[in-house]
Amino acid sequence: MAEKVREFKGGRRAPQGPRPKLAHPGKTLLRIMCYLMRYYPVHIVVVVIAIFAGVLCNVQGTWFMKDLIDVYVRPLLFDKNPDFGGLAQAIRRVGGFYLLGVLAAFAQNRIMVYVTQGTLMHMRNEMFVHMETLPIKYFDEHPHGDVMSMYTNDIDTMRQMISQSMPQFLNSAITIVSVLVSMILLSVPLTLVTLVMVAVLLFSTKKATGLSGRYFVQQQRDLGTLNGCIEELMEGQKVVKVFCHEDQALAQFRKLNHQLYESAYNANRFVNILGPINAQLGNVSYVLCAMVGGVLALSGSFDFTLGSLASFLTFNKSFYMPINQVSQQLNAVVMALAGADRIFTLLDEKPETDAGYVTLVNAKRENGKLVESDTRSGLWAWKHVHQADGSVDYVELTGDVVFDDVDFGYVPQKLVLRNVNLYATPGQKIAFVGSTGAGKTTITNLINRFYDIQDGKIRYDGININKIKKADLRHSLGMVLQDTHLFTGTVMENIRYGKLDATDDEVIAAAKLANADGFIRHLSHGYDTMLTGDGAALSQGQRQLLSIARAAVADPPVLILDEATSSIDTRTERIVQEGMDRLMKGRTTFVIAHRLSTVRNSDCIIVLEQGRIIERGNHAQLIEEKGKYYQLYTGSAG
Amino acid sequence: MLKTLGAQVKEFKAASIATPLCMILEVLMETVIPFFMASIIDDGVDKGDLHHIYMVGFAMLVIALIGLLGGLGGGHYGAKASTGFAKNLREAMFANIQTFSFANIDKFSTAGLVTRLTTDVTNLQNAYQMILRMCIRAPISMICALAMSYVICPRLANVYLVAVIILATLLMLLMMRTHHYFTQVFEKYDDLNASVQENVAGIRVVKAFVREDYEKEQFTAASRNLYKMFVKAEKLISLNAPLMQFTVYSCILLISWLGARMVVLEGLSTGDLMSMLAYCMNILMHLMMLSMVFVMIVMSAASGRRVAEVINEESTLANPENPDYEVCDGSVCFDQVSFDYHGNREHPILKNINLDIRAGETIGIIGGTGSSKSSLVNLISRLYDVTDGAVYVGGKDVRSYDLDTLRNQVAVVLQKNVLFSGTVLENLRWGDEEATEEQCRQACRLACADEFIERLSEGYDTYLEQGGSNLSGGQKQRLCIARALLKKPKILILDDSTSAVDTATDAKIRRAFAEHIPDTTKFIIAQRISSVQGADRIIVMEDGEILGFDTHEKLLADSEIYRDIYESQTKGGGDFDEKAGES
Repeated sequence: MAEKVREFKGGRRAPQGPRPKLAHPGKTLLRIMCYLMRYYPVHIVVVVIAIFAGVLCNVQGTWFMKDLIDVYVRPLLFDKNPDFGGLAQAIRRVGGFYLLGVLAAFAQNRIMVYVTQGTLMHMRNEMFVHMETLPIKYFDEHPHGDVMSMYTNDIDTMRQMISQSMPQFLNSAITIVSVLVSMILLSVPLTLVTLVMVAVLLFSTKKATGLSGRYFVQQQRDLGTLNGCIEELMEGQKVVKVFCHEDQALAQFRKLNHQLYESAYNANRFVNILGPINAQLGNVSYVLCAMVGGVLALSGSFDFTLGSLASFLTFNKSFYMPINQVSQQLNAVVMALAGADRIFTLLDEKPETDAGYVTLVNAKRENGKLVESDTRSGLWAWKHVHQADGSVDYVELTGDVVFDDVDFGYVPQKLVLRNVNLYATPGQKIAFVGSTGAGKTTITNLINRFYDIQDGKIRYDGININKIKKADLRHSLGMVLQDTHLFTGTVMENIRYGKLDATDDEVIAAAKLANADGFIRHLSHGYDTMLTGDGAALSQGQRQLLSIARAAVADPPVLILDEATSSIDTRTERIVQEGMDRLMKGRTTFVIAHRLSTVRNSDCIIVLEQGRIIERGNHAQLIEEKGKYYQLYTGSAG
Repeated sequence: MLKTLGAQVKEFKAASIATPLCMILEVLMETVIPFFMASIIDDGVDKGDLHHIYMVGFAMLVIALIGLLGGLGGGHYGAKASTGFAKNLREAMFANIQTFSFANIDKFSTAGLVTRLTTDVTNLQNAYQMILRMCIRAPISMICALAMSYVICPRLANVYLVAVIILATLLMLLMMRTHHYFTQVFEKYDDLNASVQENVAGIRVVKAFVREDYEKEQFTAASRNLYKMFVKAEKLISLNAPLMQFTVYSCILLISWLGARMVVLEGLSTGDLMSMLAYCMNILMHLMMLSMVFVMIVMSAASGRRVAEVINEESTLANPENPDYEVCDGSVCFDQVSFDYHGNREHPILKNINLDIRAGETIGIIGGTGSSKSSLVNLISRLYDVTDGAVYVGGKDVRSYDLDTLRNQVAVVLQKNVLFSGTVLENLRWGDEEATEEQCRQACRLACADEFIERLSEGYDTYLEQGGSNLSGGQKQRLCIARALLKKPKILILDDSTSAVDTATDAKIRRAFAEHIPDTTKFIIAQRISSVQGADRIIVMEDGEILGFDTHEKLLADSEIYRDIYESQTKGGGDFDEKAGES
């Protein structure tokens, strides 16, 4: 059933393998940059400057190493009265550069905190705000776990990318270039030696990540299987106990657990050895440069001095560091881009369209004519501004609903409702009856435009509902859904959800009407009791009473009730029923009925089968007909 | 906690010891390299001894190779030890969960257990690897480098020692502050995500009440709050890098100045000076790493505690010392039984229950939500222990039986029943592993499940998805009943197990029970009066007390509540629930 809310599973989705395939990495990256630039243009410019400054200061320092020995130490070695003035001056100069570097690092890190957290906040807000505008269809098509994972996993990878990878990449790029230039200036042959070793390093990195990648895919698969098994067995742990199935469960678990161990071990092993290999390659490069450099310095060729060697070796080290860092961050970046891709896809989803212009206003009667009222009058009217000439009509809101040859399907090719015609006059109670999948819930979802119809017309007080602003249309409809959803907050807040400006007295009155007052007063803190986890501490019946109270406080002229009473016992059911009856009084009500009493008291019963209305009439008439309803009523089917 | 977790290292002890040893080898080699560097310059370059350069260079390559071996070994054993440790943790938890009683399971909740088995173990695996590979490596490396610099030049090395002490203190303070902030931040972060989840799950409510703007406001406010807290916490962390750089740079400058003077005035070799500078980075980098490892360990401590809780949890139900392995018949007796989930004797949820039920009787139980019907029957198969009084099955206290024996004789079809991924047949054989296909079919016939199973694409070999999601509610219930029947129990308890089955089929199942398993004592909890009115006797419950226990006719005459329920269901009440859906 498409309309059933899918269960939220687990939340944290394991990343899909080490390197997910990306459709447009460049485009996504560009979009992230644009996003950053949109909110923090000045910050970003300052950060880039700071990174440049930091790197250059660092390079300055390394150059100083060369001068330290060649200019400030060696000439003084055989001096009887060495003058350290030059050295002191140089140290002051370099100290100045270093100080600048520290300040730059401070600025960069501090500003990035704002940029990262701010961008994430904007992104989260934008995601949420946009998500709220999406049609119900979106939530049908996307498992809730996947949606949640964008707010948790994908945002987390984004954080790492913005706060670490991006500055790191820039830093590394600048460092690599500047160090390379410095190295070439110092000694071309030694630079070549270094570059050859870098090639070896890149090659070994590629090999190792390739190998570990294979095992990572395997590990993710095994992890998924094991987590699935854990989830299932924990969910059914009580059944396991009842059937004394503990040993079998353990055996099944052990097998999968061992499989995961094997693949996790292999995957981790190859990642772990990459570090030491690269580190030692760095050392080998260091040694090679030292040997070659030593020979060069001794022979005095290429103008190469001992001081040059010292500097070069420092450069050699600072050349490896950024390369290593970039290669380690690469996976993180690819994952972040995949996450960003999902986030942007969400942001690009088309919101629910609303071309309605008829609005709901408070009205009062003056000389037999409806006019708009500023205060809550208890009388509602549709304000219809005609598009052609701008004239305004007021139509009283009475709750007259007509379906005219309505066709509908969740996917265009597959109709679930065909040629539905129905009419409800104000105050009438219309009951829908039929088997699962007959289309009962679907019909009610069309009235409030959770979904748009394919063909035909639905009129509400004579107005095509497409012309009514969605918000106003839904304001006029009260809904009690089968899946009751409560939000984290107090009982009072949950009921007030129906009408945000309701006073405490109004809330309590609504709770009394819904027959919920009694049990609420028995809760530990009465109306101020905190509900968490979708009202997990309440029974199904109590949750339902709250959702009735929530609809009651909104006081809508039309009600849509999905009777979910199968999990309530008869006595509670009667309490609920009483509440519902009181709520239904004087309102047009569409009820998806499961109880005989509801059905029998309805003004009109509509029997649905496979998306078509097969019978309609009141109880007596339908019994007379001896059709499907008769079968259902007497229980002679099945 | 550490003891509990440490005990799970088990067969990976060798790897756990080898990892730090390998790391030490790597570190030692790494520390020696700058030392040889100095030799190349001082003894080779300065004296023009090419031979010496080659010799020392060759020695350095060998050292790098040994270092590589150490690194490889560390990586290899580290992976083995940490993934193995995680495996053992999962297994220890899972095995202990299997011994849990219902009360234990209630305490942790399903979601809680799943998180502990998955996310928490992953955290611990990472932390363990970090500890093995870094916790030893970083300090040793630091100490070695420091020692080497003392060997080279004690006076200059003092500079490092002072720097290390200052930096360590500052980092420590910083980390403690940030840890404090971050625990708060992550709580808020979880809250925010929980609210997103509520919105996703309850999107229809949000839209039905046109509360999009309200939700947006709430969310943006919470999100801004989170932002502020994150900034506060991360501002502290952002001090790390500049602080580190400041120290490193200061050291370099100081060493340069002092070192240069020493070279000129006191004959320190230039090679030694360069080595000293190389050690500078080494020492301070490792200090930084150590502080990060420290944070990681502190963060994973919460996971460790949660895992240890599960491993150390003791089942609230234990097998008796000399258990009975034989349940002689299906008679059930409640003697002065009181029960509460939390052992509350003042306001127990079952109060002073006395029942005497003969083997083979069919007992209906009816009553409002929260009248403790399920709690009552859960005591029969000892899913929970009574708070006061005693429950007897087959004439003996349930606490004297071997648990498996008792539960094999008392089959319960739980209210929230679960099917597992696997074929229909595999699911049925939970009841009896040795059951032949014919026996399975027979059980399904009794439970009226045969007709729909045969209509499934592959009949009894049809694969059921997790939770049986490809079956309807009524189909699942009938399959669960068949599964319980295969146990051939002496007592069968159906806890609201036919609520989604249409009345006609419901009646058919009850008829089959009466015909085919007449000797089995049957308990039927139901909301529909029609499901229980044919029972030999009916228990009427309200608020944990038995208000009536008699036949349908007598109750109708004597019990007001029963009459009330009866009338509400037959005269205009009753159930219209998806009868057609089952046909």
